[in-house]
Amino acid sequence: MMHIENVIVVKDLTKMFGDFTAVNTITFKVKKGEIFGFLGANGAGKTTAMKMLIGISNPTSGEANVAGFDVFTNAEDIKKNIGYMSQKFALYDDLTVKENITFFGGIYGLSRKKIKEKTKKLIEDLGLQEVSNQLVGSLPLGWKQKISFSVSLLHEPKIVFLDEPTGGVDPITRRQFWEMIYQTANNGTTIFVTTHYMDEAEYCDRVSIMVDGKIEALDTPKNLKKQFDVESMNDVFLKLARG
Amino acid sequence: MKRFVAFIRKEFYHIFRDKRSLFILFGMPIAQIMLFGFAITNEINNVDIAILDHSKDVTTKEIINKISASKYFSINQFLEREDDIESAFKKGKIKAVLNFEKDFSKNLIKEGNATIQIITDATDPNTANTISNYTNSILQKYQQELNKDIKISYQIVPQVRMVYNAELKSVFMFVPGVMTIILMLVSAMMTSISITREKELGTMEILLVSPLKPFQVIIGKVVPYIFLSIINAIVIIILSIFIFKMPVQGSLLLLGAESVLFIITSLSLGILISTMSATQQSAMMISLMGLMLPVIILSGFIFPISSMPTPLQVISNVIPAKWFIIILKAIMLKGVGITFIWKETLILIGMTVFFIGLSVKKYKIRLE
Amino acid sequence: MSISVKHISKSYDDLKAVDDISFEVKEGELFGLIGPDGAGKTTLFRILTTLLIPDEGIATVASLDVLKDYKHIRHSVGYMPGRFSLYQDLTVEENLNFFAAIFGTSIEENYDLIKDIYVQIEPFKKRRAGKLSGGMKQKLALCCALIHKPKVLFLDEPTTGVDPVSRKEFWEMLKRLQQKGITILVSTPYMDEAALCDRIALIQDGKILKIDKPQEIVKTFPKTLYNVGADNMYQLIKSLKNYKYQYSVYPFGEFVHYTDNRSNFNPEDLKHYLESEKLTNIVIETTNPTIEDIFMELAK
Repeated sequence: MMHIENVIVVKDLTKMFGDFTAVNTITFKVKKGEIFGFLGANGAGKTTAMKMLIGISNPTSGEANVAGFDVFTNAEDIKKNIGYMSQKFALYDDLTVKENITFFGGIYGLSRKKIKEKTKKLIEDLGLQEVSNQLVGSLPLGWKQKISFSVSLLHEPKIVFLDEPTGGVDPITRRQFWEMIYQTANNGTTIFVTTHYMDEAEYCDRVSIMVDGKIEALDTPKNLKKQFDVESMNDVFLKLARG
Repeated sequence: MKRFVAFIRKEFYHIFRDKRSLFILFGMPIAQIMLFGFAITNEINNVDIAILDHSKDVTTKEIINKISASKYFSINQFLEREDDIESAFKKGKIKAVLNFEKDFSKNLIKEGNATIQIITDATDPNTANTISNYTNSILQKYQQELNKDIKISYQIVPQVRMVYNAELKSVFMFVPGVMTIILMLVSAMMTSISITREKELGTMEILLVSPLKPFQVIIGKVVPYIFLSIINAIVIIILSIFIFKMPVQGSLLLLGAESVLFIITSLSLGILISTMSATQQSAMMISLMGLMLPVIILSGFIFPISSMPTPLQVISNVIPAKWFIIILKAIMLKGVGITFIWKETLILIGMTVFFIGLSVKKYKIRLE
Repeated sequence: MSISVKHISKSYDDLKAVDDISFEVKEGELFGLIGPDGAGKTTLFRILTTLLIPDEGIATVASLDVLKDYKHIRHSVGYMPGRFSLYQDLTVEENLNFFAAIFGTSIEENYDLIKDIYVQIEPFKKRRAGKLSGGMKQKLALCCALIHKPKVLFLDEPTTGVDPVSRKEFWEMLKRLQQKGITILVSTPYMDEAALCDRIALIQDGKILKIDKPQEIVKTFPKTLYNVGADNMYQLIKSLKNYKYQYSVYPFGEFVHYTDNRSNFNPEDLKHYLESEKLTNIVIETTNPTIEDIFMELAK
């Protein structure tokens, strides 16, 4: 029997702010190499839940294990073993592409040799030879997102958390980005992604939808559409998330 | 007008809901003036000194008693030999040594004079000066007592009076200066970030695409701070009078009015900085660095302007703080009325109008 | 004409943000400016709301010139800049009162205009704006932009970063506003929202790719579009891209939108190829192109 490793195990995870319950006893597991879509309306508790999983927020109760580490006791180890890409901040606009890679490589504890290797590979893979010494701030948004994604993978983490990675990016670049995600997942990295593009939800292996702090749906896109008798993930979302 | 009032109301909300600016506005000035007032003092109290008495007779004992009884000095050591003097100073505790020569009483009576050497630690020249002055005055007094019954002809007795600051209280020098600096800095800093904050947050865009005129925005941002700075000024004045015992010889009303004027001048300067800065950080930097140093050095606060090279004297004229310090000292220490300071007042008014006018002109009505 | 843009260009240093753009918006129209980040939408909006001066060209809003009559324009348009720009430390009520006051009106005066929207945020009227959820913030911003009954409404990416439910509600509100006779110019990166507009302009890198009604635009797709599906999406994409006759391969949710080079394309050929690539459950069927397909085709 094939042992499928669970890289994220969450049980009854809860977060309360005063008497307001932002995240209410959520439970789920994510397999290694899976592309897991974490959806929900604004204010549903997505961001709060994610913050707990990446070790920057203390849960009120429940259990969660990320990359083999407990979120309560080993938050620091979690941070070292995951990649994180946020839409709000990805790279330093006033550093060049190369400088950014070197900087983040350093933060992840990579040796100089490794950083050099990775920089070369990243620039080649993304075709950035012409702009490698240009300030990131001068690059189009789509390029920034791709570089940012690659940077989050520098230290070859088991899991990568992507927080709305394709916001505002043009449709072609969006798809190129998702091809990068597919490739990464294919290599065994688990992808935990949140997005507001419902067509992207379809690219995921499984999707969970949070409504008012609880997970109201968790299944493959295909099954969810069947369950709610609709044609698209967008309609699934509309049916569920009337918050 | 309703527009204007609505704008001012909004500004008040911002001020009271931002804990940091409230702290700067009220906490800092009070902290600073307390620090300045207490810490920087030219007076001496309980200064440690040492005595080297070669005579140990009746007269020297009387003099030493007088010295030890004074609140200025505290006798720390009695030295035995000349060689001990240097090591006593090196140890660092004592600031002066009084060296009485041998046969003090005998010399005084027989030859009519005796010598006391006053050796002071001049690494701090101000204190050294003060110590020797105070010691001298104690000795003078004692001398007068001794000579009560002796007639001496043609005696010129200098009578030194420090006018308006008889005890040379340093407080009198510092409080007006510190008050000026605080009012100026706090006011300018607050308003300098006010407009830049709107630019940074993006709300400036909406303000621009509205019927609000630049003039209304600028005055609207100055007005709330006037009220708050007045409260500040009142607190500072109360502190100065009651804790530092600063006198206010002149009219309190005039003092208040001139303070309000200076506050408005500083706020206008802050707004001018605001219209020209793109970020809150640069605005703060400019108002802090760009104002603080020139103001401290060129306002006459610490260094008298008249002893500066001419070009600097000329530059000092554009510093609003310079004129306000003159006004403050005039009212608080000399007790004069408006007739003596109308020139300075007019200059401040002129500067205010200039700053506001320039702000309105420099106010960017577009986003470039 | 409510809004008229003629050969407008604007550059920042050496970047041409807006490149010779011309279009018109009729009175009472709901016009969409569709394009990704960096397309020039915000720059264009700022020119039309008189916040930026164009390098070239002429633009008028409600027959007022953006350069000469900027004061009048500023008095009479409603503007919602991108990324919520209201006062975070003021409450919902305070924000509304402020904007009403500076436009010389009051909430009561034009209440009927914002009523549908305001009732949704009214329960939170004493809450600080910064503590509202994304969807609520957008609704508040919309109310503040409408409070003075503007003739023209400029909404710069009002739905960006907001979840699909709130987006849908927002557009429903816009449709209702349109019925009250307000001209609305909206920009958005979401192609699915384009279908809700009367007319749209597709914009990329400062240039307009196409202007027309959404229904007409989709008719202009040059090839036959196919939905291709299989069990393994990643493998499917790779195989299709390696297919020597492929013209375009774009994943679209559970299917891949595929167009072929050949005019005499037979789907069976493709099916055999994919089967040889070890893919299973292969589906190939024609489908209608969407705005996004057109956009990508034009932007190629």
